[in-house]
Amino acid sequence: MQMYEAGQIYDLPDSKGHFGPYGGVFVAETLMYALDELRREYLRLRDDAEFQREFQYELKHYVGRPSPVYHARRLSQHLGGAQIWLKREDLNHTGAHKINNTIGQSLVARHMGKKRVIAETGAGQHGVASATVAARYGMECVVYMGSEDVKRQASNVYRMKLLGATVVPVESGSKTLKDALNEAMRDWVTNVESTFYIIGTVAGPHPYPMMVRDFNAVVGKELLEQMPEVIGRQPDAILACVGGGSNAMGVFHPYIQERGVRLIGVEAAGDGIASGHHAATLCAGRPGVLHGNRTYLLQDEDGQIIETHSISAGLDYPGVGPEHAWLKDSTRAEYVAATDAEALQAFHTLCRMEGIMPALESSHALAHAMKIAPDMRKDQVLVVNLSGRGDKDMHTVATHSGIEL
Amino acid sequence: MSRIPETFELLRRKSRKALIPFITAGDPTLAHTVPLMHALVDAGADIIELGVPFSDPMADGPAIQRSSERALKQHTTLEGVLEAVRTFRNDNTATPVVLMGYANPIEAMGVERFARAAAEAGVDGVLVVDYPPEEGSELLQALKACSIDSIYLIAPTSTDSRIREVAQAASGYIYYVSLKGVTGAGHLDLDEVARKLPLIQSQIRLPIGVGFGIRDGETARAVSKLADAVVIGSRLVQEIEASAPAAAVDKVRTLLGGIRRAMDE
Repeated sequence: MQMYEAGQIYDLPDSKGHFGPYGGVFVAETLMYALDELRREYLRLRDDAEFQREFQYELKHYVGRPSPVYHARRLSQHLGGAQIWLKREDLNHTGAHKINNTIGQSLVARHMGKKRVIAETGAGQHGVASATVAARYGMECVVYMGSEDVKRQASNVYRMKLLGATVVPVESGSKTLKDALNEAMRDWVTNVESTFYIIGTVAGPHPYPMMVRDFNAVVGKELLEQMPEVIGRQPDAILACVGGGSNAMGVFHPYIQERGVRLIGVEAAGDGIASGHHAATLCAGRPGVLHGNRTYLLQDEDGQIIETHSISAGLDYPGVGPEHAWLKDSTRAEYVAATDAEALQAFHTLCRMEGIMPALESSHALAHAMKIAPDMRKDQVLVVNLSGRGDKDMHTVATHSGIEL
Repeated sequence: MSRIPETFELLRRKSRKALIPFITAGDPTLAHTVPLMHALVDAGADIIELGVPFSDPMADGPAIQRSSERALKQHTTLEGVLEAVRTFRNDNTATPVVLMGYANPIEAMGVERFARAAAEAGVDGVLVVDYPPEEGSELLQALKACSIDSIYLIAPTSTDSRIREVAQAASGYIYYVSLKGVTGAGHLDLDEVARKLPLIQSQIRLPIGVGFGIRDGETARAVSKLADAVVIGSRLVQEIEASAPAAAVDKVRTLLGGIRRAMDE
């Protein structure tokens, strides 16, 4: 499948939100009006210079952008191959890339006159980022979180509450991210006039995959400028973890037309893809319809969505953003997977070698970089999008190491 | 050939309104589904909406979600649901059956294979909650080729242009969602229904059923004064949930019978 001819501008999605056969608006009629309204408003604001200035101001002064790129010299030396650079999204306010998108969406919400925002969250990072911006702009905030995740991410639950948000544990289904998303959609359909739904990843019905990507694309745009400054050229490859895929899409998108740069998405292989306990949607799933878009899904032969497993709650999702599905089919991006054990090892290695504690999500991308770097030349360069910091994961890591905190 | 137009025509001649109950196939088990369908007909159902369980029923409230979970725990599949319709047709060739569900299980079977299997089983209509007209054209064509009606939702928030789009694709009847929310939510606003229905009727020449939020005979009766059909789902599903499996059939018959009488008063 050819994505675009040489010289042609990559301009997906189309006006209906399609990335090739993926994306679209697969929702009940009850949500159509809200999505139409959001699409119209977002398309207007996207071209509005004042809105973009406001967004850039917040990114600079509230989030602390641009985030630096950092040469992980000791790690690179230790691996003995390609040079590893880290795009430091972990240094953002709230500790992850998620804030880029929640700032953007809450500004859209303000322009639409919505006083209440809702969000779903898995690891809690998007919930924290949503609660943060709700506090920042004085909006009511309700966060839906699977009850399993509430247990796994107790400190983030407390952070959200400190920020004034209401956290609603979701008991249905597998009690994880996908169920939180179902519940948030139900809230939205019921309170559609007063409420803005801040989706945390590049999935869901159009315009969400496009809008979330646009807000996170600041990461890739910065990198496009930073790499020539630090190494005199663009890197050989960019690696990012993929659950729903928002940090990966943010860093990949500005690079789609930089054909010399390999784009590598790293999914969660859990206990190994062969074990069946994983969340590697693009590696092991097949296309279907869930949560408002057509994309790759982890599903059984009857089309029921299956429960996923990953050590990192933020990657524990049976779908993936539709643009990733398209980038996979078109072969512009490659998708691989790293196991829980590999991610944990990468986590410990980065702590010890660089004094940086990565989120377990980001550790998956790092694990794959550590896998391929030794076989590459020393003058080759890999950029790992270090999408978040790992403080939130200390309990998980301790438990896996047999330590009680 | 779908039995739906003929059913509405017969009702019109008798000046009666249609009663359309919804149950989830496979809840409490698939063995109960056919007896439940016959009980619904005994109690006065004119059309049966049969839910195809899905793991992520985004547009449904907690009652129908739980019923889906119960059905899936029993390993209810789309094939199994079609088998239930086939069995129902051994004893009932008159009552239209509409399958209601989500896109993914249908896509997993393949839309054309599904349409043929549904027609062969005796299905009259299909409502796929997350296939709006602009995304579901492949299934729409496949169903048309098999003479199965495509039922669509219209919401209180649907604009005139959306209603026209639905009108292009819809056949059988229109399902008007009587409130902003999910199935089984709060109370419906009768004034809003009364205001909206003429707007829809001016654009779509199909019977209109009203559902989402109808919980008792009184509301059913009020809605039947305005619309061509009354759809009741969550309330029945709750009755099934609250009953011992062996008692579910009788409980549902009694409940729906009361609603029918209230409508016909």
